[in-house]
Amino acid sequence: MTAKETFDRLAEKFPQFELAYVEGKDPAILVQGDNLVELAQHLRDEQEYDYCSSITSVDYPDHFEVVYHLYSWKKEGGPVILKVHADREDPKVPSVVSIWRGADWQEREVWDLMGIHFDGHPNLTRVLMWEGFEGHPLRKDFPGTEDEYAFG
Amino acid sequence: MTMLKTETVTVNLGPQHPSTHGVFRMIVTLDGETIVDLEPVVGYLHRNHEKIGEKNNWIQNTPFTDRLDYISPMSNEFAYVLAVEKLAGIEPPERAKYIRIIMVELNRIINHMVAVGFLLNELGCFFTPMFYALRWREFLMDLYEMTAGSRMMPNYFWIGGVAADLPEGFLPECKELVAALPGFIDEYERLITDNEILQMRCRDVGILPPDVAVAYGCTGPLLRASGVPYDVRKAEPYSIYDRFDFDIVAGTVGDVLDRYLVRIAEMRQSVKIVEQALRDLPGGETATPKKKTFRPAEGDVYHRIEAPKGELGFYLVSDGSVNPYRYKIRSPSFVNLQALPYMCKGHKIADAVIILGSIDITLGEVDR
Amino acid sequence: MQSIQGILEFVDQIFVNLSLWFSSLLANYLPDWGVTFIMMFATVLVLVIFGLASIIWINVFERKLLGRLQDRYGPNRFGPWGLLQCVADMIKLLTKEDITPSRADRLVYNLAAVVPVVATFLVLAVLPFGRGMVAADLNVGFLYIVAVGSLGTIGIFMGGWASHNKFALLSGVRAVAQMISYEIPMVLSVVGVLLLVGSLSMVSIVEAQGDWRLPFVVLQPLAFVIYFTAAVAEVNRSPFDLPEGESEIVAGYHIEYTGIKFAMFLLAEYINAFSICAIATTVFLGGWQGPILPSWAWFFIKAYTLYFVLIWLRGTLPRLRVDQLMNFAWKTLVPLALANLMLTALLAKLVPAHSLVGAVAYLLVNIVVIVCIALVKYPGWKRGKREVVLVPRSTAPQARGS
Repeated sequence: MTAKETFDRLAEKFPQFELAYVEGKDPAILVQGDNLVELAQHLRDEQEYDYCSSITSVDYPDHFEVVYHLYSWKKEGGPVILKVHADREDPKVPSVVSIWRGADWQEREVWDLMGIHFDGHPNLTRVLMWEGFEGHPLRKDFPGTEDEYAFG
Repeated sequence: MTMLKTETVTVNLGPQHPSTHGVFRMIVTLDGETIVDLEPVVGYLHRNHEKIGEKNNWIQNTPFTDRLDYISPMSNEFAYVLAVEKLAGIEPPERAKYIRIIMVELNRIINHMVAVGFLLNELGCFFTPMFYALRWREFLMDLYEMTAGSRMMPNYFWIGGVAADLPEGFLPECKELVAALPGFIDEYERLITDNEILQMRCRDVGILPPDVAVAYGCTGPLLRASGVPYDVRKAEPYSIYDRFDFDIVAGTVGDVLDRYLVRIAEMRQSVKIVEQALRDLPGGETATPKKKTFRPAEGDVYHRIEAPKGELGFYLVSDGSVNPYRYKIRSPSFVNLQALPYMCKGHKIADAVIILGSIDITLGEVDR
Repeated sequence: MQSIQGILEFVDQIFVNLSLWFSSLLANYLPDWGVTFIMMFATVLVLVIFGLASIIWINVFERKLLGRLQDRYGPNRFGPWGLLQCVADMIKLLTKEDITPSRADRLVYNLAAVVPVVATFLVLAVLPFGRGMVAADLNVGFLYIVAVGSLGTIGIFMGGWASHNKFALLSGVRAVAQMISYEIPMVLSVVGVLLLVGSLSMVSIVEAQGDWRLPFVVLQPLAFVIYFTAAVAEVNRSPFDLPEGESEIVAGYHIEYTGIKFAMFLLAEYINAFSICAIATTVFLGGWQGPILPSWAWFFIKAYTLYFVLIWLRGTLPRLRVDQLMNFAWKTLVPLALANLMLTALLAKLVPAHSLVGAVAYLLVNIVVIVCIALVKYPGWKRGKREVVLVPRSTAPQARGS
């Protein structure tokens, strides 16, 4: 099943979610933050995408984006990629820990380095930086980002 | 008889510890000798690799990925280079593809030797199995030094091929080693695998059921030992893995003994792949011509490989400039480590150390 | 022939004659009680110096042998073949800074380093190193060894407690549990031999083996194995070195010790290991008896051969976990030792002493017991070798391209 077919099937099943299809080398499905948990639940239970491989966050100029790569160890085919946008001032995304336990530390890492808050996460503390560190290092506006290196 | 009320003791298996594979801390709550709770604390080796990756340009990141999982550096480079080639649509020449497979599979053997040797070291064999495994690892490292110039940070892969062709003496020496390796693995197994004490210590210790393993996102030998035959080389074949004939090794129970046996068997499978690659190695050039600056098209891509420790993935976002916009590493050790508290509860403190050893983490990868 | 006999006799008794000469020298200047007094001191001095000096070659022997087992050389920098490595290590340890944890119990902390060493040297006093070469031929020799050898456990626990460190305490607790548990099979296995000898004195045990013209290992092989295993656990050597090697893998009861106090613990461990080899030699292998070579040479050959086996065990076997260790002691070794004792007692009544028939009877009974154990345990050993499964393809065979 290609990514477009997956998207079509999901859009058919959840017309109220307003899913969007993002083109590219790895086509993705753009999901609203509020609908994420229900869509993820459906993907895990009905379509057997029970392996959450990676949760990433990207700092775009006007918004944050959280990218989920979901695989199924039983089915063939590539990943289902979900993208969620969060606004810059107060980035909040619901947590999918209740659906995939492996999202635990990955969401903590996103919180730690990018500052996106995950609602419903049982223990959202810093994992790579030390407790008490101020700021979120991977953001583009973190002090020191603009330093020039001697090369590059 | 009523149960005596006892207090739990919190013990810190601190960052400096001979058996935690690096600076890694475990806060263990003990009731006598039994573990009630375990909290891993990571981040002591955090070097903000991802942000530095954004400052480097695409080509400079290739040697930079060596520093992630420093036990198997070729795999890191491989994953990164494949992701960039997917993003930019570059196809390396055939010879380069075969050379890469040889290097990466040898790397798998190297990594598993370190993993098995250090696991047995933590069991208390006082370095003897470790030295035996490391002796053979040295022979493989000699091959790396011959080809790439360095044992540990080889910096051998380029975007579009490999840095240099194989030197003169490589092929005969590699063939000789590959012919001798199965004999060594047999000897190793004869020496230690059936040892009564090893079986007693490792059987039914740290069992990870398959559904829990998949839910935690575990990959690699940890997942396969639990009985889930999932290997990225077969599930989503990348590079030229579909041309080779090898098997996925799966365990049955999911305890420490299974992980040990899976790693030993995977070494044999890697030997098979290297033999086939050496047999089929074509001639030709080893790299596509390099441009002065490398600017891939805009877009994002996620590419994953089966690194020796699990599924290593790179998520790269390009905005058309010479630096990556986002450079994210999905490291297997980081995700696998989440299963540690689940596996350790109810066991003794001595088991926590060998369970950690059987997960096979490298702090460079966990903390980046 | 006579002259060769004479030479062998002379070499054999060289140390005894030396001490006799020395005491007669003193008798010229001192009254009787003075001579006794000085001789006692001299004996103790010789024993202590012997103990300390033997560390040098034992340590190097151990490290080089471990190295060879591990496909490497072992120390080979200091002195020819690395023989002075231990001297270098001792100098290093003696010049290290002496750190005491701030909340440690000072007196106990300092004493704890000394107690195991004292216990070890006390054991050396009753070992017959050769014909007529025993420091104190007590008629309760073996009982004395058991009593004094347990003092080492106290020292370890003192060290664990006084260090004010959770790891050290845990390790000290484990050490006490382990050493107490393994005392019992160790003693019980030797009691079988004592029944055959009829006396507790170490010298008479050796002489009894002369009367039988066979070492007791032939008459009591099961007891020898039990004794050796239990003794290895007593002295905290691998594969039973939980208190020291593992304990969350950081050194255990001597975590907080540096410099000379740490050297004391190491000293105690090495000499302890040697003394259990020496006891095993005396009780089971015939002590100093043997043709041609001087008696003290035979004693040391046998003792160092057993030490070689100890090092071999250390380099090869993994460590046991604490509950497996305790299970092994109480559920396996103690019943076996008791069974051995019972059978020996039975045979001692039935079979004539000092006869070949008797020896064969003992050997046969032991073999029957061992075979029975093997038959009972054999199904367990064949319990099912764990294999991995080779799956030719994953459940997701579709390729997605490179």
